[in-house]
Amino acid sequence: MSASAKSSPPPLLAEDAILLEPILHTGPKFYVTAAALLSIIALGVYAYSVQYRDGLGVTGLGRPVYWGFYITNFVFFIGISHAGTLISAILRILGAEWRRTITRSAEVITVMVILFGVGSILMDLGRPDRMLNVIKHGRLQSPLLWDVCSITIYLTMSTTYLYLPLIPDIAILRDHTNKRRWFYRALALGWTGTPRQHRVLEILISVMAIIVIPVAISVHTVVSFVFAMTIQPMWHSAIFGPYFVVGAIFSGIAALICAMALLRWVYGLGEYLKKVHFNNLGLLLLVMCFAWFYFTASEFLTTFYGSEPTHMAIFWMKFTGPYAPHFWTMVVTCFVIPVTILCNKRTRTVLGTVIASVSVNIGMYLERFIIVVPSLSQPRLPHSEDVVYSPTWVEWSLLAACFAAFILMYMIFTKLFPIVSIWEVQEGREKSIAEVTERVKSYLPEPQTPVARPKIVETTP
Amino acid sequence: MAKWGMTIDLDRCTACQACVTACQVENNLPPTGPEEARQGRNFTWMEMIPFEGEGERPKGIERLLPRPCLHCDNPPCVKVCPVEATFKNEEGIVGQIFSRCIGCRYCTTACPYTARYFNWNEPQWPSPMNRPLNPDVSVRTKGVVEKCTLCHHRLQNARDQARAENRPLHDGEYTPACVESCPAGAMVFGDLSAPNSEVSKLAHSRRAYKLLEDLGTEPKVIYLREGE
Repeated sequence: MSASAKSSPPPLLAEDAILLEPILHTGPKFYVTAAALLSIIALGVYAYSVQYRDGLGVTGLGRPVYWGFYITNFVFFIGISHAGTLISAILRILGAEWRRTITRSAEVITVMVILFGVGSILMDLGRPDRMLNVIKHGRLQSPLLWDVCSITIYLTMSTTYLYLPLIPDIAILRDHTNKRRWFYRALALGWTGTPRQHRVLEILISVMAIIVIPVAISVHTVVSFVFAMTIQPMWHSAIFGPYFVVGAIFSGIAALICAMALLRWVYGLGEYLKKVHFNNLGLLLLVMCFAWFYFTASEFLTTFYGSEPTHMAIFWMKFTGPYAPHFWTMVVTCFVIPVTILCNKRTRTVLGTVIASVSVNIGMYLERFIIVVPSLSQPRLPHSEDVVYSPTWVEWSLLAACFAAFILMYMIFTKLFPIVSIWEVQEGREKSIAEVTERVKSYLPEPQTPVARPKIVETTP
Repeated sequence: MAKWGMTIDLDRCTACQACVTACQVENNLPPTGPEEARQGRNFTWMEMIPFEGEGERPKGIERLLPRPCLHCDNPPCVKVCPVEATFKNEEGIVGQIFSRCIGCRYCTTACPYTARYFNWNEPQWPSPMNRPLNPDVSVRTKGVVEKCTLCHHRLQNARDQARAENRPLHDGEYTPACVESCPAGAMVFGDLSAPNSEVSKLAHSRRAYKLLEDLGTEPKVIYLREGE
């Protein structure tokens, strides 16, 4: 406590001092967790070095299942990355006041997870040393180039979108702490909090919030186009674009709920990440759950009703064949479990939404897997050998390492910057309550009798 | 400009697999064993695939169909390549630039005929087979995609020869190894754009059909139906 007394927050921050705690103090638990995560990452690095030396033969892939875990990871991580920017942008534009404490933790997920999406593609390359050929000899006719373009734009924009609302908080850190002052001074860009600076920042944030939505949607649409543009059975489907976007938002919200629950538990942020946030996000998750089910049902019913033999071969692989365990687990974890929990107000608690979210994330990983693998394992022409794909230790290690690296980077972020936006919370206290009262008033009919008017003004607080 | 293509007469084909072996020797395909076959990692640019022919036949008799790369006129693999490592040249041959391929395997998944192969490991030739390789065909490294090139190196050699003798390329001077090796004479190769070439006549015969024709890929390897 003596250390905190030295860098005691000024009266302005007294209420929100707990938000600076993770930055000012780092306990042994942090280092233990970081060491555990680093050892998983080290295993992943070793696994990749083996793959780099010996080739992709160390994976479980073969002809015709040319794509497996790495491409599944790619789709899954890019999907998770929709948590942040898209949800935060929508909540900002709608002026949802409950967003204030959760937007930052969401935006960080986007920026960090997208790196692992890109990383998964690089892990999948047979010749990663030649990856710059994509720029040197790039063909814009290839859906993979569309991915390269839109993911690059998305990463740039979501980083900017994370950074802009961080500036006033970085200035707080610069002014009120003794740690890493040069670092915060450089990043604060001379922020002093003048009204003009606030106005410029607000304009920039709202412009970014609007632009980032179509970019985010385009990203997951072109991810789906990688599959949908080929003529392979059960890939060549126009529904894939919106289906992937819905799945991405679905898994993104689930990831956000998990991250928020961890933050709340580890840093004691129960006052900021309240039950109401979990309740509201839980409702959003429920809506996306139905949207996901609608798309899934449409996709499978269309295939089944048309019953083209090549498509049905894949269909039955998923329903009753070798991928039936994956498929039915997906149905249970993506639909049955979350709907059961989230439909009931009594179970839509913090714990309830977290259980639903973990279940959704498992289900969505399986969903990506059974999109990628079964379509490849039954090619149109008969095959002399039946190849069953099962991932090896290399693929499992790299998946674990991606998760570990993501968690570690997220942890480090919380040690450098406040994970709950301090200035936005303060702004909420100081300005929004009055604004919201005004806004609600503006929805209601103007008082009709001029005589009664002054009375109403008097009675409002 | 010639448009190279092939017909395969399924009435004549005995499924002896001479074409498969000839291709492997000609194109420096690394030998693979049952373990690789189980994992789907063998190299057979010319592959015998089991297929359902027409008409009744006693149970247990499997028909085999030799399947090289079909050199589609509208190739799905070329469309999706992000780095132009696979292309269709002006003579209709779908080629692969091994030294540019990044190994993303998008072409392999896009090909509806599964006619593309990936080097999962560094290719190796065990000691009885480490004889000199065909110097006209480059040896691939691990991590790149490869496929049938219609023995494009043979076309280059034949054309060089003709140019040296200051004459045009004659019909039959350029033949892929599989066609050359077929003891039953089931495969005919030539210029599909020349109306009087043998391959062209066969390709327009009543028995001619294309694999997965409804996909619109326009293969230039054309099969002649059996049983007539």
